[in-house]
Amino acid sequence: MVSDSPSAAVPAISIENLRFQYGEKQVIHDVTLDIPSREITAFIGPSGCGKSTLLRCFNRINDRIPGARVTGGSIRVAGIDIARPDLDLQTLRRRVGMVFQKWNPFPKSIFDNVAYGLRIHGEKDRSALEERVEYCLRRVALWDDVKDRLKSSAFGLSGGQQQRLCIARTIATRPDIILMDEPCSALDPLSTLKIEELLLELKNDYTIVIVTHNLAQASRCSDKTAFFFLGKLIEHGPTTKIFTKPDQQQTESYVSGAFG
Amino acid sequence: MENPEQLLRKGVHHEALKQGAVKAVLGGMAWGVVLIALLIFGRICWDGAPVLLKPEFPFVDTAFLTEKTETLHVFDDASGTRHSLPASEYHGWVEKHGAESIFNETTYSYSGGGIAGPIVGTALLTLLSIVLALFFGVSAAIYLSEYAKDGAFIRWVRLAILNLAGVPSIVFGLFGFAVFVLAAPVFTDTPSERSLLAIPLGFTWFSFQGWNSSLIAGSATLACMILPVIITASEESLKAVPQGFREASLALGATRWHTIRKCVLPFALPGILTSSILSLARAAGETAPIMFTVAVAAKDDFPWEGATGPLGVLQSQVQALPYHIYTLAARIPSSDYTQRAQYGSVFVFLLMIFLFSTVSIILRNRVRSKLKW
Ligand SMILES: Nc1ncnc2c1ncn2[C@@H]1O[C@H](COP(=O)(O)OP(=O)(O)OP(=O)(O)O)[C@@H](O)[C@H]1O
Ligand SMILES: [Mg+2]
Repeated sequence: MVSDSPSAAVPAISIENLRFQYGEKQVIHDVTLDIPSREITAFIGPSGCGKSTLLRCFNRINDRIPGARVTGGSIRVAGIDIARPDLDLQTLRRRVGMVFQKWNPFPKSIFDNVAYGLRIHGEKDRSALEERVEYCLRRVALWDDVKDRLKSSAFGLSGGQQQRLCIARTIATRPDIILMDEPCSALDPLSTLKIEELLLELKNDYTIVIVTHNLAQASRCSDKTAFFFLGKLIEHGPTTKIFTKPDQQQTESYVSGAFG
Repeated sequence: MENPEQLLRKGVHHEALKQGAVKAVLGGMAWGVVLIALLIFGRICWDGAPVLLKPEFPFVDTAFLTEKTETLHVFDDASGTRHSLPASEYHGWVEKHGAESIFNETTYSYSGGGIAGPIVGTALLTLLSIVLALFFGVSAAIYLSEYAKDGAFIRWVRLAILNLAGVPSIVFGLFGFAVFVLAAPVFTDTPSERSLLAIPLGFTWFSFQGWNSSLIAGSATLACMILPVIITASEESLKAVPQGFREASLALGATRWHTIRKCVLPFALPGILTSSILSLARAAGETAPIMFTVAVAAKDDFPWEGATGPLGVLQSQVQALPYHIYTLAARIPSSDYTQRAQYGSVFVFLLMIFLFSTVSIILRNRVRSKLKW
């Protein structure tokens, strides 16, 4: 298959024999996986199998946790090994955005929340900020709800709106990759649907990795699915294949609801 | 349900009596504390308010607040009328009527005039010490909560800070005297003879000769005294800021320091300010730490008079309200004529602390309302 986009040739993220430990406890065992560009990849698996941990390795936010460390293998983002000592962590994190499981807007105004990342990266021009904030809020279908109260607290929004605000905050800095850790786990079906629509829309411009417990959601909106169990990658492939005729018995029983 | 009548009580309800007794005892204690507080405040206001307040416009004895402390002269004139005049007016009176018309004279030091000197001194001391303590304390708290890795060393540091909180204030006073007054380093062209160590720098000397008894030495001592409270409270406030804010900020590509400045400190600030409100009152009220390091009983000029620039102000000695109150109570014989200065000073002191606390509470609430929780 020949691709005209050069970025499609190099996987957005490629993981090789990754091992990861919290203190003495190994939670990721020899995971090897390529995450293609401009697609949605879903991570599924029972609770505690290391999905969040793996996701948090991609922007090295796990560095904060005392005792947490990669003990083997490598992660390449756009071909660059992110463990390199000369890596610019701030730039990595700007290019690899993250939406957290529990929505966490700052106790600032709606506008300041979205503008936060832009301001970090030196945008001072008020009109440029306003333009970008409006664009991002439109993108997450929040603009019409909040355009009259940009100055009021982000905490006054509903849960679903807050999560969409967090997504807007993440895309504001123009990342290439968006990592989402169970973005819909605390949302009602309608908000979930809105976020799924948003994902499908965002996929045109961004590479998205989403962790989810909602198998229906994974099958609805992802292109590729990876199934994890006890820190090991059991199987990965096109979503339709994983959900209809997986190779592994464990995958089959998980997606059919027999365990997990 | 079988035997539903079990739900009903028979006879005396002992449990309810016991509960009532517990509540009464606890409530009695609480009201006892309130009563004691009321007695103290009531006494001070009862005796102090008449000194400061007047029935006619402007309702406040401004002279008491704006005039300097003077010696009070109490005497009879030839006709047997008793006069009590502060030194400045006394001299005029003597000139007019002659020294021979003065009988039964007694003098009371520091009891005449106003208390402008102590008010100014206490205000400066409190302000300066809280600024110093916040600067050092918050920096230390940020390090402890955001940067330091938990380990034996950090546990020792925390233990030391906690223990510092238990050190009596007189010990801080002596420490301040030994360190800030006698040994702290200064730049000077002519090192003093008692300098512990003078390092020549060519154009000047770096001399460990202390800051003498001065505003800066006193403020530094007071700051040391309130540091532990500020550090501990600031660290708690910083820790109470949800981790999610930090992660979200870092994940957007912010540096650690930027995250602390924009996403942690602002949200911890109300808590930090609350701790400093308590420390403020403590710094304003302590006598022991300033006794050896800055306070003087009598001083004829304000710190800025005759001082060369802000540095000169920092090097001057001041009067301070708690020390003034101590001097009046301990060194001046109590009489009807000294009551004005004594109760007036205490009353003004209370008002001042009340004012400080109110201002800082307003400030804190404004900071808090800026956050959009
Ligand atoms: N900060 C931490 N310190 C120590 N162990 C941790 C830490 N975070 C996670 N773990 C452990 O690592 C393992 C993987 O956790 P992780 O959060 O990645 O699971 P998960 O697949 O995301 O689960 P869930 O679906 O419930 O979110 C778990 O056994 C967990 O107990
Ligand atoms: Mg998780």
